[in-house]
Amino acid sequence: MHVEEGEVFGFLGPNGAGKTTTVRMLACLVSRSSGTATIGGYEISNRADQPKIRRMIGLLTENVGLYEELSAYDNLDFYGRYYKMGEQNRRERIQYLLEMLGLWDRRGAPAGTFSKGMKQKLAIARALIHDPQLLFLDEPTANLDPEASKTVRDFILELKKEKRTIFLNTHLLDEAERICDRVAILKTRLITIGSPQDLRRSLSGRKVKIQVQRVDDSMVESVRKLGHRIGDVTANSFVVDLREPEKENPAILRALQSAGADVVFVTEVGSSLEDVYLKLMREG
Amino acid sequence: MDIGNAWNVALKDFKIYTRKPSVIYATVAMPLIVGVVFPLILDYSLHKSAKALSAARAPGLMDAFSIWFVIGAAVIPTAIASYSLVGEKMQKSLEPMLATPMSDGDILLGKTISALLLPVAALYAGSISYMALMDYFTRGTLGYYYYPNWHIGAILLAAPLAALLSVEVNVVISSRMTDVRSAQQTGVLLMLPFIGLFLASEVGLFVMNDTDLTILAGALAAISVGTFFVAKATFQREEILTRWR
Repeated sequence: MHVEEGEVFGFLGPNGAGKTTTVRMLACLVSRSSGTATIGGYEISNRADQPKIRRMIGLLTENVGLYEELSAYDNLDFYGRYYKMGEQNRRERIQYLLEMLGLWDRRGAPAGTFSKGMKQKLAIARALIHDPQLLFLDEPTANLDPEASKTVRDFILELKKEKRTIFLNTHLLDEAERICDRVAILKTRLITIGSPQDLRRSLSGRKVKIQVQRVDDSMVESVRKLGHRIGDVTANSFVVDLREPEKENPAILRALQSAGADVVFVTEVGSSLEDVYLKLMREG
Repeated sequence: MDIGNAWNVALKDFKIYTRKPSVIYATVAMPLIVGVVFPLILDYSLHKSAKALSAARAPGLMDAFSIWFVIGAAVIPTAIASYSLVGEKMQKSLEPMLATPMSDGDILLGKTISALLLPVAALYAGSISYMALMDYFTRGTLGYYYYPNWHIGAILLAAPLAALLSVEVNVVISSRMTDVRSAQQTGVLLMLPFIGLFLASEVGLFVMNDTDLTILAGALAAISVGTFFVAKATFQREEILTRWR
């Protein structure tokens, strides 16, 4: 398994699949039982490499783990010190992060007084304090309300624009589908890996939904004659299985026009990542 | 180990427990009692009580009272160490800290400094008050200044070692405790051997002289070294994340 620089990589799996353990291994917090992994050329099990890896990465843990008694500013300031950042650098970076996350006005308030969403944002800021190029986010939107989840997701998308490599642990498939360039599905072992789009296609092939003013048998037959399988026929739509819609759609549309159809929409439909995930989980 | 890292961890802990008055009170209460109240009790017993003590008994009492600095040293760091370790465990704030480039040793040393510094400072401040007040109250009766002397010197040598042992024991205890109060209650048990020694000397089983105290300090140093290795083995990233309850 290889995660590219600048990629947002989703790590999906049910509870207990080993997502958090994998992140902990990659962050050099627990040792591996077998296998190997390198981060930026450094080997995770090499003791001499471990501090270098920790310096390169930012980690958002499953539990935010803030110092509740300390202010938002102090929470970040101490982490800046842990990474040996100079005072001026710390000050500027804290201001930048807190302003970007909309927390600057609350910088002096104890973290314990923050809402869950604010705490999560502060924890993300903490993971970013030393400006790491690789970020591990373990369930960043777990237990957040929809609004807070959206704020956090939007922030991750901002980080994606900055070309940071993000390793995202989640069991929220919709989130993975929206954010990730590629995903790996895990169930104590790696089951599959690919872009959400490729995984959807691998399950169901490609399909287009053709909507017309009114479906009649001659229209369906005209498409079937081209060698395509037809499914889900309704009063004004039907679904056609295709291998390469980009090449096959023009011929289908010509056949439909010849059969007197008034085509309204042609839309590619596919399984959701959730369908793929559930199928893979069932198959084990 | 990086002292700068350890100091940053200690600074953070200082900042947290200055916001917890109960921790501060627990830290300064005992040195204050021993350093101020005990001299007042002796003054009362020598000069104001209807059955006044004879001056000859004053040195023995002063030596006996001063043992409480060692007993205090064994118990006072418990308040801070339990907050510093179990408190962080409860807040789940150890894992993000463990993900930084700091070594386990840096973090353990920082926690040790934060748990030791204030209690030892409070004990030394208490001892200064103790010596000054005792001398003030007994100078006239004894005809000389009793303090400073080798006895209190041995006490003040043993006290930080007892405090160090207390912190190390708290690290080990913290790996098994899930709340601060249980950790404190268990940590306080460390004072029992010292109280046992105190009572044994008070009932005349033996006399705790300067040599005994120096031997005690040596024993504490040896036990602290042994316990340090247990604490170090307990305070490791993997142990904390996978075995600490």
